[in-house]
Amino acid sequence: MKRLLLGDEAIALGAIHAGLSGVYAYPGTPSTEITEFIQADATARERRLHSRWCVNEKTAMEAALGMSFMGKRALVCMKHVGLNVCADPFVNSGMTGVNGGVVVLVADDPSMHSSQDEQDSRFYGKFAMIPTFEPSSQQEAYDMMAAAFDYSEAQCLPVLMRVTTRMAHSRAVVNVADEPRPENAMNYDAKAANWVLLPANARRRNDIVTAQQAQLEADAAASPYNVLDMPAPTDGAAQHPLGIIASGIAYNYVCEAMRTAPRDSRRLPVLKVSQYPLPKTLVRQMLGACRQVMVVEEGQPFIEEQVRGVFESRDILGRLTGQLPRTGELTPDSVAAAIAANGGLPAPDSHCPSSPCASEASAAATLVAPRPPQLCQGCGHRDVYTALNQVLADYDNARVFGDIGCYTLGFLPPYKAIHSCVDMGASITMAKGAADAGQWPAVAIIGDSTFTHSGMTGLLDAVNENADITVIISDNLTTAMTGGQDSAGTNKFEAICLGLGVSPDHVRVVVPLPKNMPEITDILRQEINYHGVSVIIPRRECIQTFKRHAKAKARQ
Amino acid sequence: MKCDIILCGVGGQGILSIATIIGQAAMDENLYIKQAEVHGMSQRGGDVQSNLRISSEPIASDLIAKGRADVIISMEPMEALRYLPYLANDGWVITSTAPFVNIPDYPDTAQLLDTLGRLPHVVAIDIEQLAKDNGVPRSANVILLGAAQKALGIDYDKLEAAIRAVFGRKGDDIVSANIKALGIGRQQA
Repeated sequence: MKRLLLGDEAIALGAIHAGLSGVYAYPGTPSTEITEFIQADATARERRLHSRWCVNEKTAMEAALGMSFMGKRALVCMKHVGLNVCADPFVNSGMTGVNGGVVVLVADDPSMHSSQDEQDSRFYGKFAMIPTFEPSSQQEAYDMMAAAFDYSEAQCLPVLMRVTTRMAHSRAVVNVADEPRPENAMNYDAKAANWVLLPANARRRNDIVTAQQAQLEADAAASPYNVLDMPAPTDGAAQHPLGIIASGIAYNYVCEAMRTAPRDSRRLPVLKVSQYPLPKTLVRQMLGACRQVMVVEEGQPFIEEQVRGVFESRDILGRLTGQLPRTGELTPDSVAAAIAANGGLPAPDSHCPSSPCASEASAAATLVAPRPPQLCQGCGHRDVYTALNQVLADYDNARVFGDIGCYTLGFLPPYKAIHSCVDMGASITMAKGAADAGQWPAVAIIGDSTFTHSGMTGLLDAVNENADITVIISDNLTTAMTGGQDSAGTNKFEAICLGLGVSPDHVRVVVPLPKNMPEITDILRQEINYHGVSVIIPRRECIQTFKRHAKAKARQ
Repeated sequence: MKCDIILCGVGGQGILSIATIIGQAAMDENLYIKQAEVHGMSQRGGDVQSNLRISSEPIASDLIAKGRADVIISMEPMEALRYLPYLANDGWVITSTAPFVNIPDYPDTAQLLDTLGRLPHVVAIDIEQLAKDNGVPRSANVILLGAAQKALGIDYDKLEAAIRAVFGRKGDDIVSANIKALGIGRQQA
């Protein structure tokens, strides 16, 4: 059967069809649509597959390990920085191994469309000694899910599946199975001696998993997803002038460059890499057959560094040597230009500089203004920032520590209201550290979902020392930035803060609306002037989910 | 057959529904499709675009190279200009003329429309006004799609069938409003 699917949706359906029993995830662009697809899918609902959002990536990874322990197949999904949050269980899952198959799907975001860094998850797979898959098309993404679950169970190891933004958020027609594979039955095969990582057990497991690596690399060399296309050199030459090693989505840009090149262009040798550990035998064949090899990969120079090694061969080209941009996403343009400039193919026909469009394009370029994202009209965060700015104008050197979510846009004009945004939950702990250093007022602003993700533990630190901080939990009843997923702490925030030990007199709830401005500013001022931990909870539903709920109600 | 399309506008203007309709029509024709979207932070009132490629041959890249787009469909006049470097020499621009002003340094509208007007192949229409005047206020984006039909090289009937398939779940009223909007757009091209 054919379906038009986003890469994320192909992954989700591939997992369901591979006999998945549960997906565990925290929303994060560009991975969110995987879990959303499973939540809505008919087969998944009929089978009652676990698909509810988790509090964070660490709880997600651990729950998936629990499901695997009982013999069933589990999928964990996150964006690249989420892998930092669950690094502890992820790396140690390489030590315990798995019983039911586990696939850890991580969506990297090169060019940082919606992220704070450009880290490449393949490095995590390597140092955790976990096999890594990297699909180059939506069809491969679908097909690889079944292969990854089978491989996970065959090797008794989790499989890391790495995609990037353009794979996650691009649609294509995918051939899918008509019938899903049945789920695994529960079993009691998991051995405590593998799963109890006491040093004696962990040392034994470490030897086993380390010894497995040679087999994993041999499997990668034989994998149908790693393909070496090696034409015979033309003109009786002993070697090709240029060969390409390409992985994931970058492989498509290489293919595009070859397809749009003039018909009589030479065929370049291409090694497509979609399964790791890097198959060194295939790389050596490529190096032997070509005078120069260009490594084209999305993200950081993971393959390139391994191929160049410490010898820094001049014959290995790529991001480290300047032929391709060192940072940011690749494009069909940057890849085609790099191949052309290094003798691989003739230069592609470019936009004719004398055409009317080109002159208009340059005239237009001076007219077009950047249009950065901004908080929606009617958003409660706007009222919170208006109030906060009004109050803090009366203090010298107030500092506001921000966090990850829509409200990070409070950095931009007209608010210019926050001074930091580092990682999930850092607003509270950084405010505390600043207060420890002597800063006052030290204000933290954090969203409801981010607070339960990683803010609660920091608040306990602050309470235990009665730090002089003011925490604003801007509660819009949803995980808004990623499109309005359920938020784990909804209706529980006062109880959580009181439970962590915040004084009941200093847990204040307000409704962020322009008409309430006098009350909100008054409460903010009182709590900033209180020298201890106070929590203010401005609570009003996200305007986007509010509109959606109103529409749904009108339809009923 | 090959058509590379850039759909653009401001977050929330409904470019993805246009993409869905074209994608459905292309799939019904057994064509190859790749459609790269932008989700996440930029959807909050920022500029958004989608690269939609349809072809009778397999498609490699999810993104369109510079100078190779056959059509730019834009819900907003300044956003149409943002992607001109991607347009092929003989490519078409189909755009709304109604500015969406949510930034302080939005350029002079007359200058924008003048620049658009100097392009060799352009259809510039006030889809918001047309939608209001014709009693289909929520289907401005489909008017734009109707205006793009010829440039896309997809049969009118195929787009109509795709609208029925895409909006069918939402009821007959919504289907007929969108089919009406498609027809209004066609007359403008």
